[in-house]
Amino acid sequence: MATVFKRPHALKDVSLHYCPGCTHGIVHRLIAEVIDELDIEGKTIGVSPVGCAYNNYEYFNCDMQQAAHGRAPAVATGIKRVHPDKVVFTYQGDGDLAAIGTAEIVHAATRGEKITTVFINNAIYGMTSGQMAPTTLINQVTTTSPYGRKPELHGFPIKVCELLSTLEGAVYVERVSVHDIKNIMNAKKAIKKAFQVQMANKGFSIVEVLSTCPTNWGLSPVEALKWLQDNMVSFYPLGNFRGRDLEV
Amino acid sequence: MGERLLMKGNEAIAEAALRAGCRHYFGYPITPQTEIAHYMAKKMPLVGGTFIQAESEVAAINMVYGAAGAGARVMTSSSSPGISLKQEGISYISGAELPAVIVNIIRCGPGLGGILPAQGDYFQAVKGGGHGDYKMVVLAPCSVQELYELTVEAFNIADKYRILVMIMGDGVLGQMMEAVEFKDKEEIIHVDKSWATTGTGMKREHNVITSIYINPEVLEKHNQKLQAKYRTIEEKEVRVETYNCEKADIIVSAFGTVARIVKNVIKMAEKEGIKVGLIRPITLWPFPTETFRKYAEVPKAFLDVELNAGQMVEDVRLALEGKRPVYFHGRMGGMLPTQQEILDKIKEILKKG
Repeated sequence: MATVFKRPHALKDVSLHYCPGCTHGIVHRLIAEVIDELDIEGKTIGVSPVGCAYNNYEYFNCDMQQAAHGRAPAVATGIKRVHPDKVVFTYQGDGDLAAIGTAEIVHAATRGEKITTVFINNAIYGMTSGQMAPTTLINQVTTTSPYGRKPELHGFPIKVCELLSTLEGAVYVERVSVHDIKNIMNAKKAIKKAFQVQMANKGFSIVEVLSTCPTNWGLSPVEALKWLQDNMVSFYPLGNFRGRDLEV
Repeated sequence: MGERLLMKGNEAIAEAALRAGCRHYFGYPITPQTEIAHYMAKKMPLVGGTFIQAESEVAAINMVYGAAGAGARVMTSSSSPGISLKQEGISYISGAELPAVIVNIIRCGPGLGGILPAQGDYFQAVKGGGHGDYKMVVLAPCSVQELYELTVEAFNIADKYRILVMIMGDGVLGQMMEAVEFKDKEEIIHVDKSWATTGTGMKREHNVITSIYINPEVLEKHNQKLQAKYRTIEEKEVRVETYNCEKADIIVSAFGTVARIVKNVIKMAEKEGIKVGLIRPITLWPFPTETFRKYAEVPKAFLDVELNAGQMVEDVRLALEGKRPVYFHGRMGGMLPTQQEILDKIKEILKKG
């Protein structure tokens, strides 16, 4: 009998700690499938963030380093410069990447550091219980914007792909979503391309993944997927910002 | 006999690091240590190494974390305000037990302070400027020759114990030029780094570098393991220079640049019939407590001289356990004590009987 569906080897056979309906698990699986398909598990080194995914070093079978909040791109830079022949990726949330780690991501990108970042944007801080993120939408209610995010008080959400795509060193920049099967398939394609761009030594690559946080959004998993589709996709347009035609 | 070169202190540090096998340097410009970065920027490409001018001190120390975790001999350098920024990374590197070398060519503070020499970062270095229970080995050279020798040694100590080692100099040492005699070949220890993230090659379980242990029982055990390592280092790695202590009327304690001044004071005092001894801690941590205890009852009193408001003097007092009075003389803001000033202080103390 042919096996048509199995756990990717790059993902450990352990249960994930994420809340029911959280899309971290989907993205973990996509990364692991890409690692398997490219046959790079033995030469991949990942960097875990601070946030809900802080311990995803327990989930990936490749070598992993855990980084301080926001510093994953700097840590990945150190690793990649020691092992230029290895594949190095960071996995970061919106607080980690777009608030405390803004300097690190911008400069890793502008240096054209040959690393890949998977950026989870769910418009909220999950781990610390639902505070306003740099990517929180206008009027979105969070524990630190209880009356909704107001531009005059809190400023505007940061569009990370648009920002980074102004940098020469960021050669592959794409925003995807995981709110339905079609988009999940697209997300996987983008993550695979981002890894291939790194392997071809082209420069810095990043995939922003629009994701859900049912727990802190106060929605059921299904409602959360719909909320993402209805509210986030219109503000954060999906698609490629740089490197669509890059040969890898 | 090896090569003999006239070098700036900062250049000697960089050259020593290269000779010790360091091929990865990450830094950010700050006076008075930037010659280290200049030297590395020039030399690293010639030896197939990496020099990165990072976007900040914070990024630089985290690049060190990544490179050290990946198994490389790695260094960063800075001066006081920059070292403050690195404290987060220092704590993480200590928690994750990564070997690395960090140079602090101290300038005066607090705040932006000034760019002249000082020793005001003693507490930050030896008592823990970052969060949590950790220790760094802190080496305090007092000549350009020693900057070279201790930098090589720093890499060995770091690798041997999987610990962060700090070279603590000051603006005088970093900027002064002296002859350095290099060895033909450095003694470099080679340790097993099978814990490093080098890629599994599908031949082993994955390696993880981390400082987070959510389970309290596991984290307490991790801390106990760190503490046991620190006790071993306290036992085995103390370095100290003593001079003229056996029959001293007074013993002066000083480290780095100040110890050089004190050595001249000893000669001046001799002419006046006063026997002055010197205890110069070379490792500020581990502190040479036993050396102070050995000579505790020899002199009438101790005098501690530093370029700060009195920091190491607290460790001197702890070591002596009240057996003799301990006096302090310090200068701040980039001012250095003159030899006469220290001699006058010695006479004033001895007059008290």
